[in-house]
Amino acid sequence: MSLKVENLAKQYGRTAALNGVSLQAAKGEFLALLGPSGSGKTTLLRAIAGLEQPDTGTVEFEGEDFLKQTPRERRVGLVFQHYALFRHMTVEKNVAYGLNVRPGHSRPPKAEVKDRVAKLLELVQLDGLEKRYPAQLSGGQRQRVALARALAIEPRMLLLDEPFGALDAKVRKDLRRQLRAIHERAGVTTIFVTHDQDEAMDLADRVVVLNGGRIEQIGSPGELASAPASAFVFEFLGDCARLKGRVDGSCIRFDGFEAPIVNAGRATGEAEALFRPWETELDLEGKPGVPVTVHDILAKGAVLRAECRSDDGRLFEAEFSRDHLPPAARPGGRASLRPRRVFVF
Amino acid sequence: MADAKTRRRRWREPSVLPGFGPAFGFTLFYLCLIVLIPLAALIARPWEHGFGGFWHAVSNPRVLAALKVSFGVSLLAAAANVVTGLIVTWVLVRYDFPGRRLADAIVDLPFALPTAVAGIALTAIYAPTGWVGGLLAPLGIKVAYTPVGIWIAMVFVGLPFVVRSVQPVLQDFDAEVEEAALTLGASSAQRWRGVILPALLPALLTGFTLAFARAVGEYGSVIFIAGNMPFKSEIAPLLIITKLEQFDYAGAAAIGVLMLAMSFVALLAINAIQLFLVRRGAPA
Amino acid sequence: MRTLTAKRPASVGAYLLVAAGLSWLALVILLPLAAVFIQALAKGSEAALSALKEPDAISAVKLTLLVAAICVPLNAVFGLAAAWSVAKFDFKGKGLFLTLIDLPFSISPVVSGLVWVLLFGANGWFGSFLEHNHIKIVFALPGLVLATLLVTLPFTARELIPLMQDQGSDEETAAVTLGAGGWTTFFSVTLPNVKWALLYGVLLSNARAMGEFGAVSVVSGHIRGLTNTLPLHVEVLYNEYDFVGAFATASLLAGLALITLILKTGLEWRYAGELSASRRH
Repeated sequence: MSLKVENLAKQYGRTAALNGVSLQAAKGEFLALLGPSGSGKTTLLRAIAGLEQPDTGTVEFEGEDFLKQTPRERRVGLVFQHYALFRHMTVEKNVAYGLNVRPGHSRPPKAEVKDRVAKLLELVQLDGLEKRYPAQLSGGQRQRVALARALAIEPRMLLLDEPFGALDAKVRKDLRRQLRAIHERAGVTTIFVTHDQDEAMDLADRVVVLNGGRIEQIGSPGELASAPASAFVFEFLGDCARLKGRVDGSCIRFDGFEAPIVNAGRATGEAEALFRPWETELDLEGKPGVPVTVHDILAKGAVLRAECRSDDGRLFEAEFSRDHLPPAARPGGRASLRPRRVFVF
Repeated sequence: MADAKTRRRRWREPSVLPGFGPAFGFTLFYLCLIVLIPLAALIARPWEHGFGGFWHAVSNPRVLAALKVSFGVSLLAAAANVVTGLIVTWVLVRYDFPGRRLADAIVDLPFALPTAVAGIALTAIYAPTGWVGGLLAPLGIKVAYTPVGIWIAMVFVGLPFVVRSVQPVLQDFDAEVEEAALTLGASSAQRWRGVILPALLPALLTGFTLAFARAVGEYGSVIFIAGNMPFKSEIAPLLIITKLEQFDYAGAAAIGVLMLAMSFVALLAINAIQLFLVRRGAPA
Repeated sequence: MRTLTAKRPASVGAYLLVAAGLSWLALVILLPLAAVFIQALAKGSEAALSALKEPDAISAVKLTLLVAAICVPLNAVFGLAAAWSVAKFDFKGKGLFLTLIDLPFSISPVVSGLVWVLLFGANGWFGSFLEHNHIKIVFALPGLVLATLLVTLPFTARELIPLMQDQGSDEETAAVTLGAGGWTTFFSVTLPNVKWALLYGVLLSNARAMGEFGAVSVVSGHIRGLTNTLPLHVEVLYNEYDFVGAFATASLLAGLALITLILKTGLEWRYAGELSASRRH
């Protein structure tokens, strides 16, 4: 294991930003810290970087006690949410900064610095912009300068705090792919913070889901999707609806119909089932299911989404591919809504 | 009528709000009366004996010496204010200590204290019999009635300009930028020199400019402590008054115009540097 | 973006730095202030008080109040008119206009006085005309007022313009489209939005009007009991070696400065959001 975080806790006044967090990262692993704002993900990242001092717990990196080291000694590359570029320095100077501030004996010679900066700018596809100032760059370009600057010190670990948070959707997508490619080439252990589940699932080898300063689940994107550990994780990873029923073995019975439980064995008796819009069926009125009124059919990319409301006013959504819209999905019509399969926590 | 209307359209964007005419008219009228006409009188005055008359008035060695004192000591005072002002601002912004808000409020005292009051108070302190002057006199250091005294008065009036220019910039300084330098391995001295100081430079320059401009024109707080010895500790504004008392209006105006021109050139130069610094680091 | 919050000094170096900064403030700013009051009381409070009861002192107080009473309101009206035109309308040459308003800040007070002598003095442009018609401007109240108007001109405008520019003209436009007239809009929408900034500007221009020395010194003629404002009275007493009298009078002005400072700081703390951005702490 290259990074080992054990029982980390940090209190701000009366609120616990971190509440006994433990995790490990293998060498070269790409780890995402996913959670809503206030979940402690940024505090955790800053504690690993050395910008926050945790109250209790340990942070070990390759056998070294990180908490005994200053941020300088840890040599981790940190990319800030708002990039934190030095605005009075050119792109070149920004990237070279970490090399130029090294004490005399370990500072690489000028030519080598220049060479390394050029290679890094090529890596992040910014060659040709060496002499520009940050103010003359687009958001995506600034983000890549920040990345190159962090990589320049040959960090033992790369940390990114909401790296794409301030960019628009198209640029985000491009940069996501670039970051993945850079990670594969550099092979450095990378941890990034995000509140965007798509980003986390898309990029990371493993995702750490945080909530209220605690870890809800750690797992690969596949594990998170197929075996969410809690209702929080299930809800955070995508849209879902809830329905009360009675657990009966590997099934849950509702009013006049039933559905299989994916994660059977966790709950018995009265329980709430959670299910996805894309695992929901609409049938003609009178068939088994929750009686609903279809309000609207919305186009959502490749799929169509039927917005339905039960007679007591709860909102349900059902998604279908364009070619398979059931006859019951007519705006204004009545229908029966039924989950194909559910999770119970 | 139609002509006048279209012409007006061209220089002013149309607006549904009323009252531009009277408000702008009054403002312009007031500015003409209080600022423009008097300044025109000043600028027109020195030339009644041609350029030769102007040159004669300002090339007088006593005038040159006074200008040298005014501008030279102002420069030194503004420079001192940049250094001490930066320390004071740093302390006020970055550290929490009892009485911090009081200390912050007191910085503005030189703005509020009438200059004559500051002048006699400083003289009382730094005269050979005063609290501080008395301590320095046995060491052979004379402050009051020398250019050092002028410098002290100018430091007093200039300090708040530097503090109030730098303070908002330091307060709003992005913590992440400092942390970025920290994680990249910069020592605290390197962070200071390479990251923080350059970010404060435009504000420091603004403070320097304001303090300098104020010091050059300063009269009340300087004349009591200056001693006003011709060629040694006489400032240009005092010379203007002396000339007026001798009814040499053209001579007084000549010094006034020259002071304005020199300040103007100095400010222009500093503004040019400022523009360069700000352009370079401006957010897009 | 995050900004750093102030923290307690944690190292010896930090303590030394705080100590250095505060000592400098004490030496440069507090010491002179203390000197004023201590020197005033050097021969007891009796002597100080009697200096203030002198007829010349009383007439100086009256003249100072009179000059301020004329200049400060004029200045406030000018500030409001200037800010209204600059902040609520777009026109060409706005930059030049703003520079003109700021100009008096960069003129030496002595020059601010000198210009009036050049216009209305005995050898001035209108000197002989005024003399012929027995009108006195220089060495009289009008001269003092004009000089004070020039030096205090930017104070109110400078507080109002940035604030009103920040606020924009949406609210006024809304009022006008709802049927409010010009003055109604101004008094019901604009003025309430800027009242604390206006007060702030008035406070500063009042302090300067009452404390101005250089400019009024040029146009006053130093006629005791007639054209001496308080700061000029201080100078006269000081030059006559009446130190207790000079410092007693000076302590009146220092008291004024302290009150101004307290009110100003109070406004900054209490109404930070309603002052121009540079005044918020």
